[in-house]
Amino acid sequence: MTPIQPEISDKRAETITKTEELAYELRIHEVMTKDVHSLSPDIKMEEALEIFQKERFSGAPVEQDGELIGILSIEDLIHALRENHIDALVREYMTTQMTTVRKHDPVVEALKTFARTNYGRLPVLDENGKLAGIITKGDITNGLLKALQRNYQEEELIRYRASHLFEDIVSGRTSLILRYDIRKGDFIHGGNASSNIKRALLRLGASPQVARRCGIAVYEAEMNLIIHTNHGGTLRIEIEPHKITMEAYDDGPGIEDVEEAMRPGFSTATNEVREMGFGAGMGLVNIKRCVDEMRLISSKDRGTNLYMIMYLNDTDENPQTVN
Amino acid sequence: MKLKKLIELIEGNLLTDHSTDNIEIKGAMGADLMSDVLTSIKPESVLLTGLCNPQVVRTAQIADIRAIVFVRGKNPAQEAINLANEENIPLITTTLGLFDTCGILFQEGLPSFETQTEDDCAP
Repeated sequence: MTPIQPEISDKRAETITKTEELAYELRIHEVMTKDVHSLSPDIKMEEALEIFQKERFSGAPVEQDGELIGILSIEDLIHALRENHIDALVREYMTTQMTTVRKHDPVVEALKTFARTNYGRLPVLDENGKLAGIITKGDITNGLLKALQRNYQEEELIRYRASHLFEDIVSGRTSLILRYDIRKGDFIHGGNASSNIKRALLRLGASPQVARRCGIAVYEAEMNLIIHTNHGGTLRIEIEPHKITMEAYDDGPGIEDVEEAMRPGFSTATNEVREMGFGAGMGLVNIKRCVDEMRLISSKDRGTNLYMIMYLNDTDENPQTVN
Repeated sequence: MKLKKLIELIEGNLLTDHSTDNIEIKGAMGADLMSDVLTSIKPESVLLTGLCNPQVVRTAQIADIRAIVFVRGKNPAQEAINLANEENIPLITTTLGLFDTCGILFQEGLPSFETQTEDDCAP
């Protein structure tokens, strides 16, 4: 018979490795319980039982003159009860054959000890052999979960660094260019490119106001390419640290009278387009209001080029759009 | 106003997979022309509209609109609903008309989030 290999996907393997890595990285003192309630060896078992019930302990270390001399568990209490010897002293029933771990050891040592001994808790000793805390499997689980959470936050931080792209890359002039081909009449996907552009700007650290204004301008431009061109056109967005240049260009049919096209309410759109909620002659007007600079160049033969520029500087925030 | 309350007020029906308890709506605008919406709506508002296509959802995503109410019992196509789930924009339908819907919400204290001047989008 061939041994069956457990199927482990890449994803699962990744998480296993991460947890295992953490078990080696994390030290016992980072996950153990430090505030330990120790018992004196000279109290009665009955008293220990009361403490256990009240504090919901399932075990506690026993210390004398600052030295760890034993550990008392529920099992020891049951043992005493069975023998009807509940008023015996703790020192008579406590476990003195202890397995301990050291506080600076990696968590994996405690895990190994748990696997080997089947104990529920292990006393943790410091460099001088004194009791530093107690570690349970629950402590390890919590510690690992917290560490995983910390790792996750670090990943978030890396994502956040996308917004520092321009600071990290040094050149004479750094820019990021996004291009989208827009098809004539593709109403179904109309706005997809603009959505992606807006998202990209936010990821790169643009303020919500700037991203929204660029989004609106480029969305109107995208709809214009879908509605008015012969074959569609292209959106080209160039992002630089100090400005965003958005360009929409096509190969025709071109605008006959650019000045008239800029007039609010002027429209050549069909009823079908109007039914889509566009074509009311407000697109270009709206674009002009959203961006800092707009240029519209068009000729009957060459098609239309629309430039929209947004300047980015920290003092030019737009408080009106903040609510 | 919490979206949950808004839905109750207009006897609306939620079409997307959202929990409406914690979505706060700060104002509203009613329009069928998406260019008007893009021009005038302020962020974090609800859009009340009789227009019912994926462009409405796109418009909402671009203009930071929190939720969309389709009036006159209009039901968007599944692709619009899918897009809204993707973009995390709750869609609601109501059998009420646009005027009634606006009136009810206005009376309950939801302000207009339609700018009359050009300062919403002006540089």
